[in-house]
Amino acid sequence: MPNQPFVTVTGSAAAMREENIDTDIIFPARFLLITARAGLGEYAFHDRRFDADGNEVPGFVLNSEQFREAPVLVAGANFGSGSSREQAVWALLGRGTRAVVSSSFGEIFYSNCLRNGIVPILLPKGDIAVLMDAAESGAVFTADLEALELRVEGQPPRRFEIPPERRMAMLKGWDETDQIVNQFGADVDAFEQRQRKAQPWLYQKEQDA
Amino acid sequence: MTAPRTLYEKLWDSHVVAELPGGDSLLYIDRHIVHEVSSPQAFVAMRESGRKLRRPETHLGVADHAVPTRTRGGEIPDPQARAQVAELEGNVAEFGVPYADLTGPEQGIVHVIGPETGFTLPGTTIVCGDSHTTTHGAFGALAFGIGASEQGTVMAVQALPQGKARRMKVELVGERHPLIDAKDIALALIAKIGAHGAVGHAVEYVGHAIAGMAMSERMTLCNMTIEAGSRMGLVAPDEVTFAYLKGRRLAPRGAEWEAATAYWRTLASDPGAAYDEIVTIDLAGIEPQVSWGTSPDQTLPIGALVPSPAMIADPSERRETEKALAYMGLRAGQPLSSVAIDHVFIGSCTNGRIEDLRAAARVAEGRKVAAGVRAIVVPGSAATRALAEAEGLDRIFRDAGFEWRFAGCSMCVAMNEDRLAPGERCASTSNRNFEGRQGPGGRTHIMSPAMAAAAAVSGHLADVRDFA
Repeated sequence: MPNQPFVTVTGSAAAMREENIDTDIIFPARFLLITARAGLGEYAFHDRRFDADGNEVPGFVLNSEQFREAPVLVAGANFGSGSSREQAVWALLGRGTRAVVSSSFGEIFYSNCLRNGIVPILLPKGDIAVLMDAAESGAVFTADLEALELRVEGQPPRRFEIPPERRMAMLKGWDETDQIVNQFGADVDAFEQRQRKAQPWLYQKEQDA
Repeated sequence: MTAPRTLYEKLWDSHVVAELPGGDSLLYIDRHIVHEVSSPQAFVAMRESGRKLRRPETHLGVADHAVPTRTRGGEIPDPQARAQVAELEGNVAEFGVPYADLTGPEQGIVHVIGPETGFTLPGTTIVCGDSHTTTHGAFGALAFGIGASEQGTVMAVQALPQGKARRMKVELVGERHPLIDAKDIALALIAKIGAHGAVGHAVEYVGHAIAGMAMSERMTLCNMTIEAGSRMGLVAPDEVTFAYLKGRRLAPRGAEWEAATAYWRTLASDPGAAYDEIVTIDLAGIEPQVSWGTSPDQTLPIGALVPSPAMIADPSERRETEKALAYMGLRAGQPLSSVAIDHVFIGSCTNGRIEDLRAAARVAEGRKVAAGVRAIVVPGSAATRALAEAEGLDRIFRDAGFEWRFAGCSMCVAMNEDRLAPGERCASTSNRNFEGRQGPGGRTHIMSPAMAAAAAVSGHLADVRDFA
């Protein structure tokens, strides 16, 4: 299925001054029993946003008037570590997050972002501290996937990298599976023929069938 | 003359379908394990796009995360969990995926039954919508966790675009104390390099200690590799690997077994192969480990004191420590061995195998779970449970006051009926001490099976060496 093309996102940025914000914090495990992928935004950071009685926790950045709708998150190192749950990304997307900025990301989370129209922006640790201050002072952030630039009011633009194929797919809204079938279907066929000859035990069940 | 290659590079090279213009490669995927929690959306995408599975026999379905473990066979009480398992059963039937039935002899945690059935084989690429897919790397397979979107891609085209990882070698040297377990080694490594110390790397474990380890310990090491940030842990296949696999239902047989093992023997890293990073761990210096914080690198030897933020110079590390102590309800400077516990959980894809249960049973035998502590033992698979019962381990645990459960993820992840209440503290053999991982507000200390059993009979965190 084609995705929404992504070009730029502009808006406020919420600073989360914490390291190791794992996907259990972003999307608590008990909500994984929901099998839909739409409507998960209300569970994003659920146990940080709400106390045990369901009241909003004052002081949590995404509960503040100023940053409630922020489309950009700036977080400490190892953001999105832990579980592979793509629900973490769907929940962020559901609450309006389109770019996350950190000095390191959980790798599966990073990969999930790229398949759902969220731009994960990897920058040096020193930059993150500066960007958190800027975010808290209310600076407007622009994440530009075409130019591979993060522009923040009052600061020089910063370059970031995104794997070229994923960048192109995000810009065009291409579906990864369609892309592989159309461009590399014959290569997959050829690979299987070679592998079947060299390692027939990997095809045993299909031989029996 | 080709340059010497690592195990990782051999696995990579043998699965490249095509080079992509941007520098990534399209990798062929040999095996995909499917569980009830991460797969529903991938099946929906297949259905909506009208696609079929390219090779249904290369997938294996099982329910493990959401299933209750108190009883087995009746209706699942929680309606959401019941619906999720029913959805998986409908999906595997519709798409022709082999399925380990919830009440059958092969049910269990994805990372326990893959190896037990011989679905996991050396030299293959294995994916699953689960970060602990690193476990299968213990067999010399390139195994990594993926998201649901990528699962849909694998189902349809049996391939995934991937960037090549950097190569990290973790070399185990020296001799370990007999009660030091692979879990202690993994935790000591993570404490040393950090929870994101191995991001971007494929981690290969080497050293004579590895050669002497059973597959269960190698799996524990590879399983915990994700907790250092790496998607892939690796051990070269050897005679121990082959002895484990021989005769398993899905392992090759006869002439094909001979051909397969001949190939698998070529996978070990070549002498002189280069690594981007080398980490050395001296096993002689490792004591039994327990985590004290909310990140797996917040781990110390059991004899240590809870860290004091006031003594930490780095402001960000100080802030992280303060945050963790507040969540965990610990006092700076308190001896770790004085920390009282409410629960004990022995199980999970990290430590739910027969060797783990034996290690815990050795400590539990002839002792009693401390008053006020609730302790559960949850085998990683139905086969493990049956074997443990044949060995009489269930009797040892029951006599000591542990609950003896059916197979599943149970209290490793708070999405089935086993959860901590806010403020409750658990000695756990699982892999993550994250905030809320075992239930909102729950407090987790991760450790080896023998250490968890020692905590159970002590009522507080304890040193297993005192029980030898």
